[in-house]
This record gives sequence, structure tokens and C-alpha cells, in this order.
Amino acid sequence: MKNSRFWKILILSLIFNFAFLIFSFSLHASGSPKSHETFWGTVSVKEYTLNNGIKVLIIEDHKAPLATFQIWYRVGSKDESIGKTGVSHLLEHMMFKGTSKYGSKVFSNIIQRNGGTDNAHTTKDYTMYHQTLSSDRIGISIELESDRMCNLLLDPKEVINERNVVMEERRMRYEDDPQSLLYEEVIATAFKAHPYRWPVIGWMSDIASIEREDLYRHYIAYYSPDNAFIVISGDVKAEDVIQKVKEGFEHIKPDKVRVERYKAEEPRQEGEKRVYLKKEAELPYLLIAYHVPSFPHKDSFALDVLSTILSAGKSSRLYKDIIYEKRLALNIFADYSGFYKDPFLFILGGTLAPQKNIEDLEKTIYNEIERIKNEVPSEKEIQKAKNQIEASFIFAQDSTYSRAFYTGMFEMLGDWRLMDKYLEGIREVKPDDIQAVAKKYLTDDNKTVGILIPIKNSK
Amino acid sequence: MLHAERHNLPIVMVTLLIKASPLNEPDDKAGIAYLTAKMLTEGTKKRKASEISEEIEFMGASLDASTSSDYTTISLSVLRKDVEKGFEIFSDVLQNPLFPEEEIKRKKEIIKGSLMQSEEDPSFVASKTFIKEVFGDHPYGRLVNGSIETIDSIKRGDIVKFYNEHYISDNAILSVVGDITPNELNSLIDKYLGQWKTGDKSQQTEVRIQTEKKHKDKKIVIIDKNITQANIIFGHRGIARDNPDYYAVSVMNYILGGGGFASRLMKVLRDDMGLTYSIYSSFSGNKEIGQFEVEVQTKNESAGTAIREILKQINKIKTEAVTEQELNDAKAYLTGSFPRRLETSKRIADFLAAVEFYKLGDDYIKRYPDYINQVTKEDVLRVAKKYLNSENYVLVIVGDKKKIDLSYLQPSENIKQFTY
Repeated sequence: MKNSRFWKILILSLIFNFAFLIFSFSLHASGSPKSHETFWGTVSVKEYTLNNGIKVLIIEDHKAPLATFQIWYRVGSKDESIGKTGVSHLLEHMMFKGTSKYGSKVFSNIIQRNGGTDNAHTTKDYTMYHQTLSSDRIGISIELESDRMCNLLLDPKEVINERNVVMEERRMRYEDDPQSLLYEEVIATAFKAHPYRWPVIGWMSDIASIEREDLYRHYIAYYSPDNAFIVISGDVKAEDVIQKVKEGFEHIKPDKVRVERYKAEEPRQEGEKRVYLKKEAELPYLLIAYHVPSFPHKDSFALDVLSTILSAGKSSRLYKDIIYEKRLALNIFADYSGFYKDPFLFILGGTLAPQKNIEDLEKTIYNEIERIKNEVPSEKEIQKAKNQIEASFIFAQDSTYSRAFYTGMFEMLGDWRLMDKYLEGIREVKPDDIQAVAKKYLTDDNKTVGILIPIKNSK
Repeated sequence: MLHAERHNLPIVMVTLLIKASPLNEPDDKAGIAYLTAKMLTEGTKKRKASEISEEIEFMGASLDASTSSDYTTISLSVLRKDVEKGFEIFSDVLQNPLFPEEEIKRKKEIIKGSLMQSEEDPSFVASKTFIKEVFGDHPYGRLVNGSIETIDSIKRGDIVKFYNEHYISDNAILSVVGDITPNELNSLIDKYLGQWKTGDKSQQTEVRIQTEKKHKDKKIVIIDKNITQANIIFGHRGIARDNPDYYAVSVMNYILGGGGFASRLMKVLRDDMGLTYSIYSSFSGNKEIGQFEVEVQTKNESAGTAIREILKQINKIKTEAVTEQELNDAKAYLTGSFPRRLETSKRIADFLAAVEFYKLGDDYIKRYPDYINQVTKEDVLRVAKKYLNSENYVLVIVGDKKKIDLSYLQPSENIKQFTY
């Protein structure tokens, strides 16, 4: 080699003991639990259902000696009531505060002692708990998660403490962050009938009012095997690990009282809504939100490609026009996540550059939307967006956590097999489809606009 | 060059580490390392800025440059099928950047605007103030992206000079991980990086820290802002990465505040007292001596209580040996989490480059568990005594001053107060 003088050559390929992924297409059907197997991308998923209704999805992946365990409960802030918003999220916190068997915070300590990491998050639709650890320790996850599914303590003293913790979390994430606060305002304005309108963390006064009894009712109502599913991904053998899951979970009865869930539907918006937020801030900030359907609605794929064309990367339309050419904003985005249970929003926004006018920014965004409506985007531009979506999907599979996460996300939306449908749908999007969804959804009467107006402090 | 072959996915991750950071900047041109890195993808002899992003994004790839306090990395993530094209663009931005005047102007505007917007974020304000108080004029005392004044003073000629001095092959570490064989990689490197110039390093400047400089007093800075929480950073100078005590300090800090829910600070301030959502302590083991810091947010009214508890915990770990269980748990986590921290190709690529940069040795991965397992309770106590200081420190609080009660700290003339 010409320049071996400075290139220190070191081949490290053996250190991690990498194995090739073995693709497997065989269909397992060995009595109970029954299992299916399908193939997407480079991963195969095995599906089992235990007698108490809990579904288990297993993704074998032997590249590293690690495994991720995720348990998804089908409950989120959309299942809450006015006056007690934030109860799902506070319950998620309380799940770490001890059972009759293990004391408060023992959960995370055990996982960390085993070299693992654990966490959880609550969304509008679901609550998910996860651990990633050495694959030979996966039994620990099974034992601890099954325990807290049925033996949670909810000690009243701990409830008060944790309520304070969540109020601090709210102060940090929202109260003292003007851009997040504007986001909260815009969502709350865009929705009037659907519970998507309140934030997952809850309103401050609601959090303060949540008592042990509220949490207990929520726990009894939603934390049962027939309202949950498990995803395990990593260096495990499906036949072995499913036996452990059976031992851990099958004794839990689906006998909890399920509250009836109401299906809320947001009525069609018939005119623009605007909201202003005046807060101490440095620069104005703009959000524009349009009601749109969610995946797997037929329009969701074109909306996804549209948001990519508009704002993914420096070659995207909004970046080129607004940041590069006109220098109107410091950042700009068009965000469409179709991965909600019910219809949500297509949100555009950005931070105004110093000494610029917020009205110009808003107008320029509308001009870009009109451009899409008036001229069909080129095949090449659409191909670029599809390549970006597909590549990011492949990159994400490098971690056992995100493999499990994508599988679980689609299962939460109805069926993990929808993953195939998603990528197929993206590949099939035509230029006309993009134009059609822009015309159908990105209209003046369907939008909610939020503007952060910085005020200087009085001190 | 470092290479790890992995064939689990059809992807290739390239990390090129360049020894260029604020440590190499003239003070009045602070931010030049960052600006130079960001300018690489803004136009070359062959491509305009827009062509670079168009070609990279058409492949679904990404090409980014970023600067930390010790070095700059240029990272390429690309699908295997596009690896040749990816390497070609990578080598183009690395070897042929043009630094067009117009693009520099744009980039400066964005950096300055972002700096301005960051002032909205109280934890940013706290952190900026904290490092300034701890490191003074040393480059670690300022933001990697510079300040509005210094950015304005950077001219195109300065960037070209900085680039010529630092972006040379004998000042770089290349790390490639993913679905590529050694032969394939060698031929790509020959073809695209074989002509990369060496250079004259004699013009490079590097600031060394005064290792023995210690804080002789407390410095308390209060920045008054109309917000609901006090954003608190407590700390002082810590250790450098090459300090032999690095591993004992890692164990000690895990027990004190680095170990998430397993740490004492989290247990006391969050679980037992409900004072905060987030609290942690850290030592940044950098090339030069970095900082030790404890960062916490709590409502203004409980700021005083939180600080008192932090001081209590620091005093405790300085005077009493940790328990056997705490020691074993910390070691078990630090050694056991190693494979997880190196799970993805991207992480491995970055890790290998950093191991080389900090000269940790080719067998570092093998030796790491021993380094950690050798740490004793006595070591933990010794390093706590040596590297933690509950008397002389910097304390920065960004919050609503009239609601913050610090009376027990016996404020002295050393307290600086700012109104924001």
C-alpha cells in the first residue's frame, strides 16, 4: 500500500465473534403455543400466543450476544379522562417502585448489575417497558416483568414522591421550554373531541391530583396479559425462550375488569385555527398542523414520502428554499408520523432566523405546499425520498432494540406483518399520489397554526 | 486505519477522526475547528454544496462532520451497494473542499442564530457558564462552536490555513466497520485516499492545561431567569483520560451519580425525596483535564435542599468506604455493559477511532474488564478524596433568584450574581 507509512493496519474482525444471520423460512406449528414465521427485510419473526391471551413475538438475531425484551401494554394517554390526564405516564413511573417481591427500584438495579439497561416510555397509544442485556440473562427480564404485571405495590408514600418527580419532569420538558410549550398548545387546539389533545405527561394540576386509587384502577384495568404483548429480539433460541416466557407469564389470569373503551372521533375541521404563545424566548417559532389519516390508510404512504421530499436533509425543498436561499429560518421540518392508532397530524415548523419576519416564513412554507399542488414532483425526487426511507429502515436494524421496536410498533397498530405492507406501500407511491394528498389534506381550512412570540423579561 | 468486518446487515460505517479541535485554535478564532468541519460538505472543486447533499441523500446515506472538545470526526453511513460512490464523495469533501465565501457566510449566520436560540435553554446557559468558570481561558472553557464575536472574526483565509495544517493524512485515524472485506477496503482506500497529502505539523498549536491549578475558593454564580426550575451545575476540574486513576474514578462516579437508578444521587434526590426528574454526575475524561460535574433540575424553591444533599453525598463518599455490594454492582455493570455499548457498526466505528486517539491500546477491549475488576474499595475512597472537592467548587444556578434560598451556604463575597 502506497501510504502504509501512516496507515496503521489493524484487523479487528474477530474480536466480536460475528456470525452471519441465518435466514429461516420454516413454519413452526407444534401444538400450543402455535407459531408463525414470516420474513421481512433480513429478519424472521416467530409468533406465539399463550393461553391467557398474551402474544409473544421472537426475532432471532445472532450477531452479538445480546437480547432485548419489550412488553407493550395497549394503554396510553388517549385512554385517560379529563381531570386525570397523565395517569398512564405516572403509572409507568410507579412500575419501577416495587412489588410485593422486589422493593422499590430493585428492578433497575438488578438489570444494571447484569450489565443491562432498562427504561420505559408512554405515548398517546401505548406504554412500553424494555431491557437490553446479555442474552443469557433474558430470564431475569421475564421474571421481573411478569412479577410487576401482577404484584405492583403502589405504596402511597412512593406515589406522592413520584408525583413530585413527574411534576419536575413536566417543568423541565414543557414549562421552561417555550418551543415544547407551543407544540402542546397547537395539539390542544387542533383536537377538540379526541383525547390526543392532551399531553402524555398530563396537565400540571391533573398530575398533582392523581392518587393511589387512580393509579390502581388504571393498573387493574389495563395491565393484564390479554392487553399486552411481548417482543424479544436478539441472540436467543425461540424454542427455549418461549418456554421461559410460558413459565413466567402463563399463570397470570386475564381476569381483571376491563373498562369499556370509547372510540372518539375528531370531527372534520372547517376553518383555520390560530394560537399564540407569549413567553420569554429568543426567537419566534412557528408550527403548522394539518389533520391527516394514520397508517395503514392508503394515503399514509404518500404523506410519508411527501414529508421526506419537503424536509429530509439539505437537498429537501424546505431546506433549500427557506434555509439556504432565503435564510428565513435556522431549522425547518415537515413531520409526518403515521404510526398512531387514530388519525393524527402532519406538522411543519421552524425557528425564525434573527431579524426575519415570521409572516414571511409562514407564507414561504405555504408557497412550497402550493408548488407541490401545482407541479408534479419528479420521479427522481420521489425515488430519493423512497431511498431515504428504506435506507433508514435498514440502518435502524443494527440494534436489537430497534428491531424489536419496529416489530412491536406494527403489532401495536394491528399486526406486525404490516411492516411488509409499509415498505411495499412506500415503494408504490407515484408522483400523482403526492400531489393528491397535498391537495386533499394540506388545505387552509384543515390547519392549526401556532406562533411563539418572544417577550423580554421584566427583570 | 482500523477495520472490523461485520456482515449482519448490508451497511458500511466510516468514521474518520481528525486531530483538530478547540485545543488547536487561536483564542480569538474560537469556533474555527467546528466551522472548518462544517464547511467540508459545502462545496468542493468538483461539486457545489447542493450537489453533495443531493448525491448523498439520493443513496439514503449520510455524511456529517462534528467537532468535540478533543477532535473532529467525519462520518459516512452508506448501504453496501453504494459504498464506492460513498467513498468517492467522502474523499472529495475531505481532500478538495473549496470553502466558498458565500457558503461561509451562510454557515456563520446559522451557527450564530443557533447560539442565540440556545440561550432559551436554561441548561445550556448553566453549562456554558459552568465551563467558563471552571476552565477560564482554556479552550475547554468555551463552546465548541465558538461565540458570536469570535465567529465573526473568522475569515476564509483562517479556515483555509486551519484546514491545510490539520486535514492531513498523518493527523487522522480511519475506522471502517461493516459489510466490507479487507481487500475491498484496501482497494477503496488506495483509490480514494491514496493521494491524500501528508503535511507539516510544525505550525499546529496545542494548548496544554496547567495540571496543578486548583480552585482555591468557591464560586457561586446565579443567573436570574423567569423560569419554574433551578438548573444547577456543581463541580470543578477532574481528570484527564490518561490518568491511571481513570478506572477507579469510573467505579466511584458510577456509585455516586453516574449509575442512573443504581447511583446514590438518584436514589436520594429522586427516589427518596422526589426533588428532581434527572440528576447525574460525570467526569469527562478528555485529552486534557476535563470537568467533574453534578447536574440537576429542581423547582426553584427546592434548589437549596438539592445542593445540600449533593454536598452531603460528596462528603459521604469522600469519608466512608462504599459497600461491597455497591462496588460489585458497579464493576458488574461497567464490565457487563461493554458488549451492549458496542452493539451497532456505527458505535464500533466511533469507539475504535477513539481508542486509537486516546492510545488505549489495540487490546483495550480485552483488558478493560481487568482494569475495572482490579479496583478496590480503598481505591474508590482514595480517588473520591483526591478528585472530589466539597469546599472549593463552582456552583452555577440558572433560575428564579427570589425563590432560591442558599442561606446555609453562607454566601460570601465570592458569590457572583447576574441578572439575565
